[in-house]
Amino acid sequence: MTENNIQTYKELEKSSNTKKFIYRWILFIILGIFALYYITPLYVMIVTSFKTMEEIRQGNLFSLPGSLNLTSWDVAWNGQGFSAGDVYLKTYFWNSVKLVVPAVIISTILGAINGYALTKWRFKWDSYIFLLFLFGTFIPYQAILLPMSRTLGFMGISNSIYGLILVHVVYGLCFTTLFCRNYYISISDEIVKAARIDGAGFFKIFFKIMLPISAPILVVTIIWQFTMIWNDFLFGATFTFGEEAPIQVALNNMVLTSSSVKRYNVDMAAAIIAGFPTLIVYVLAGKYFIRGLTAGSVKG
Amino acid sequence: MYWLKRNLPRLVIAPSFGVIAWFVYGFIFWTIYISFTNSKLLPKYEFWGIDQYFRLWSMPRWHVAVENLFIFTILFIILCVFIGIVLAILLDQKIRAEGFLRTIYLYPMALSFIVTGTAWRWILNPSLGIEKFAQDIGFETFTFDWLVTPGMSIYTIVIAGVWQSSGFIMAIFLAGLRSVDDEIIKAAKIDGAGIVSVYTKIILPMMRPVFMSAIVILVHLAIKSYDLVIALTAGGPGISSDMPAVFMTQMAFHRSEIGLASASAIMMFLTVSAIVVPYLYSELKREDDRK
Repeated sequence: MTENNIQTYKELEKSSNTKKFIYRWILFIILGIFALYYITPLYVMIVTSFKTMEEIRQGNLFSLPGSLNLTSWDVAWNGQGFSAGDVYLKTYFWNSVKLVVPAVIISTILGAINGYALTKWRFKWDSYIFLLFLFGTFIPYQAILLPMSRTLGFMGISNSIYGLILVHVVYGLCFTTLFCRNYYISISDEIVKAARIDGAGFFKIFFKIMLPISAPILVVTIIWQFTMIWNDFLFGATFTFGEEAPIQVALNNMVLTSSSVKRYNVDMAAAIIAGFPTLIVYVLAGKYFIRGLTAGSVKG
Repeated sequence: MYWLKRNLPRLVIAPSFGVIAWFVYGFIFWTIYISFTNSKLLPKYEFWGIDQYFRLWSMPRWHVAVENLFIFTILFIILCVFIGIVLAILLDQKIRAEGFLRTIYLYPMALSFIVTGTAWRWILNPSLGIEKFAQDIGFETFTFDWLVTPGMSIYTIVIAGVWQSSGFIMAIFLAGLRSVDDEIIKAAKIDGAGIVSVYTKIILPMMRPVFMSAIVILVHLAIKSYDLVIALTAGGPGISSDMPAVFMTQMAFHRSEIGLASASAIMMFLTVSAIVVPYLYSELKREDDRK
């Protein structure tokens, strides 16, 4: 290689490096713009919740509050103190907690056992049974709302947390069974076969062998169910009213019925309160959250 | 005893199976039957033929709802898939802070549609929201009142919906891109293919199943969209941003037209089935082929 060639090679390398540098910057700018698009509404919600209505009228969406005013948070959570027509979240937040905990636990346990039975103890028609569960994850709930509301009436649990627990367990069952079945099918049958030869039965194998290795899928399933049930509006709005409603219904009532004067600061504080639990779960266990979403999407 | 042991797996599945058979499939059949009756406030079980479907399709309000669903679904899919792919490809360039950016892109998915709708209702508010901000910084004639303009309010639902769901599509595509073998990309680059053609000619065609999943999920989300409409526009102004899911609930629980409501629910059910059944069939077939 001559001196000259080395020279041009170095120049080429240099120009390709600057090109790379420019590409990188363009990349980061585009990614940054999108990050702004996603984060801005959250920013707006937070700053608005700390402003007074006076500040909201005078400033603009993005302006910072003059001071950290906590009044709207207090009003959103506790209400204004008068008795008739006061809307607040406190009661409904606890309604949702009382709903979510049992509904998530029951549907997850049933899903795990179903998934195990469908994959490790094959029997006739098992794949068709699975298909029924799978299709159940797609049905538009409008097609079951009317008979469900009548059934809850017959059972005497309409407009109660118990009714909602039943509804969420039933329709969550399709998702939990799907998740667990897809996880267990990837686990080697050999372990189960060996245990069966050793004389272990159905439940012994489940509790001693399957359950200890199920932690990843159980976390995914619990997070999925928690998010679905906490964020549900359709069932809550259809099957409950008044004091029994879950949080999303209360939030919507609050925003829509807040008298003649719009209280955007209170609305935003309420929205953050209603979104807080799922947001925390997402921040702490985002990895599993994403896994649940993709597991729920790439089905079969 | 032996019988019990042999049939235990079936016995364990039986309650769940029974629950699903009754609460999902039984209920759907009930709704189908009611859609063939003249039920108003209470169900009547006398067969009435398909008149409810004729009534449904002759209602201007139903046409508005279907048209809105069509606009919403098309735009929702195009925007979510476009943003999702672009972000996934850019994030896949081995950049620093990937985890951080991904968290930001995806967090709206953790929020409910009611929270999303509440937030955007405030941001898009004509008097104090984005319109005022633009006017304050000098664009005095700027107006943005889609939220209260019949014919435009449906697009505000698109804006909020895309904000909430596009990060999720990004996550699906990113997972798809990560499963592409690096060797293929290297080989193509050695053959002189540019980065753009590597993506458009090789990688994106390989991701056809991912596209399929993404589109099925988005259509399914769009048809079920109820919460977002209620929280953002409540179907208004007037009925201009009505959707089939809102229509169904209105007829069933406010207008005492449960026959008609059932007919509209069955229309939704059929639409979802028409998309999901072929999709599931091809997915399961693919799984069988792999065995």
